[in-house]
Amino acid sequence: MKRQASRLLLLPGAAFVATVFALPVGALLLRSVSDPTWGLQNFRALWEEPVYASLIRNTVQISLATTVCCILLAYPFAHVMATRPRLTRLLTLVVLVPFWSSILVRSFAWMVLLQNNGIVNQSLLRLGLIDQPLELIFNRTGVLIGMVHVLLPFVVFPLYGAIRAMDPALMPAAACLGAGPIRAFLRVQLPLTLAGLVMGAVLVFVMALGYFITPALLGGRRDAVIARMIQLQVSQLGDWGMAATLSLVLLVATLILLGASQLLVRSPARRPAG
Amino acid sequence: MTRPTVLELRGVSKNFGPVAAVADVDLELKQGEFISFLGPSGSGKTTTLMMVAGLQAPSSGSILLNGRDLAPLPPYKRNIGVVFQHYALFPHMSVLANIAFPLEMRKLGRMQARRRAEAVLRLVGLPDLGDRLPSQLSGGQQQRVALARALAYEPPLLLMDEPLGALDKNLRAQMQIEIARLHRELGITVLYVTHDQEEALVMSDRIAVFNHGRVEQIGQPQSLYERPVTRFVAGFLGDSTFLPGKVQALQKEEAVVLTAHGPLRGHASPGVRPGEAAVVAVRPERVVLLTPGDTARENALRGRISDVIYLGQSRKFVVRLEDGSELLGLQPIGTASPAVTEGSEVLLGWSATDCNVLADSD
Repeated sequence: MKRQASRLLLLPGAAFVATVFALPVGALLLRSVSDPTWGLQNFRALWEEPVYASLIRNTVQISLATTVCCILLAYPFAHVMATRPRLTRLLTLVVLVPFWSSILVRSFAWMVLLQNNGIVNQSLLRLGLIDQPLELIFNRTGVLIGMVHVLLPFVVFPLYGAIRAMDPALMPAAACLGAGPIRAFLRVQLPLTLAGLVMGAVLVFVMALGYFITPALLGGRRDAVIARMIQLQVSQLGDWGMAATLSLVLLVATLILLGASQLLVRSPARRPAG
Repeated sequence: MTRPTVLELRGVSKNFGPVAAVADVDLELKQGEFISFLGPSGSGKTTTLMMVAGLQAPSSGSILLNGRDLAPLPPYKRNIGVVFQHYALFPHMSVLANIAFPLEMRKLGRMQARRRAEAVLRLVGLPDLGDRLPSQLSGGQQQRVALARALAYEPPLLLMDEPLGALDKNLRAQMQIEIARLHRELGITVLYVTHDQEEALVMSDRIAVFNHGRVEQIGQPQSLYERPVTRFVAGFLGDSTFLPGKVQALQKEEAVVLTAHGPLRGHASPGVRPGEAAVVAVRPERVVLLTPGDTARENALRGRISDVIYLGQSRKFVVRLEDGSELLGLQPIGTASPAVTEGSEVLLGWSATDCNVLADSD
């Protein structure tokens, strides 16, 4: 009785989500088979027109590269954050700063920094490390820099939690048992923090799939992504059917990834080793 | 027969900033010896152990294992067994995989490692639990697995950092006997860190008492208990009552100290000088109730019993002396002497050889 009563507490929230989110999204997705006429013509276009394949390829490539870069940067960062309590606050601040600035300000700041006569190139030139400015912006590099910058916290925090949750004596114990740093990491720390890592990586990948302002501002011609195309089709081309189809692709990809990650990280401790 | 030295510490110190956590520790550990580091928390005993394990680097001094300087070796090349206070078992590996881990690190074949792990598991009395995860074991079982893991590769030296600290009292006593048995059967050399004096007394061949980063005294449990050389050791290892005074006379092994209760005689420890301040340290169980006219004991005092605490095997009693200070006594239950009762005036005494005169450093 009591449990059923407490479920009623979910009602306002559920009603809110249903009316302002589920309904409109459902209506939009329905347009993939109903706009301009009922049928699968939108999916046929998706399959047949090469522009969509290249959009999907770009999106997946950018999202994957962003995820990999985030993992590589976030792991050491989270490790220091979790194992040096005195630095934790400062590092948390550092990683959260991009969150507190608007996406436009952030992107324009990167433009100032990364352009041909920006601070980065000027410094490198003056130090004599390069002869001519590096192409750091309006290409894939620029997109990656901008996206990694803002998505980093999504890997850092789950990883930080996972590393903090580890018994601090485990790595010293592994060392005393004869495991060098790399083997100790691969056999002990990595398996124990894998859940946090996968969770962060999936978050970043899924969010990267839907990013379009950063690729639009910091990328070049060849960095067009699905989300940007959806926006274009709705606001300028008025092709709601195609926009809905592309949205469905993104949504399904996201759901598949989330589901797969749930399976992957389900109690890694149950795996019998050795 | 002299046994070879396994571990040698020469002038080992460790500073954390301006703080000396360990100061100038010298120590030799013979093959098969069980030595305990005993001291309050922050006395440097665990830091010393961590330096032997290689998890901390000494600020100065050197550590030798079988004559070889350990300084250039990282922990994973030292081949020393370590049992941590909270077991530090790998939670994602089965019990057997935990024990096989160090064997695999030593390039033992998978089957061979498994067989060896099973054998060690039998040795610690858990033959059927190999497939469990550490989280499915009780604290005592986890401790045994940690021990098995550290013993699996037959290290020349086993370090144990308060391994029983997290267990309840009964289990501790059981594990103490178990560890002592393994030590005897395997003949391993053990360095054991504890803050529990009883644990140290039960298991050790020798005890090193740590205080403020220094070894205050090192010796066999009995000699440490009966002949402490500093006030700290006398107070930390067992109970003592300290009666302060001034050394009046010193001849050979015996000192006479003039205290508020008149001259008291006791065994003089090194460092006691005539004319200087000293304390007479008396163990409660050495204090005897005297009948008037009894002159067999060199030392006698008057007082009133202010408190009696029944302990089962014995009674502890507090005597308020004439100057207001207190003296602890212990009376076994069922002895012939009259039972102590609260409020009674008594005459107490003890032999000169039953108490120690220590230089008063405080």
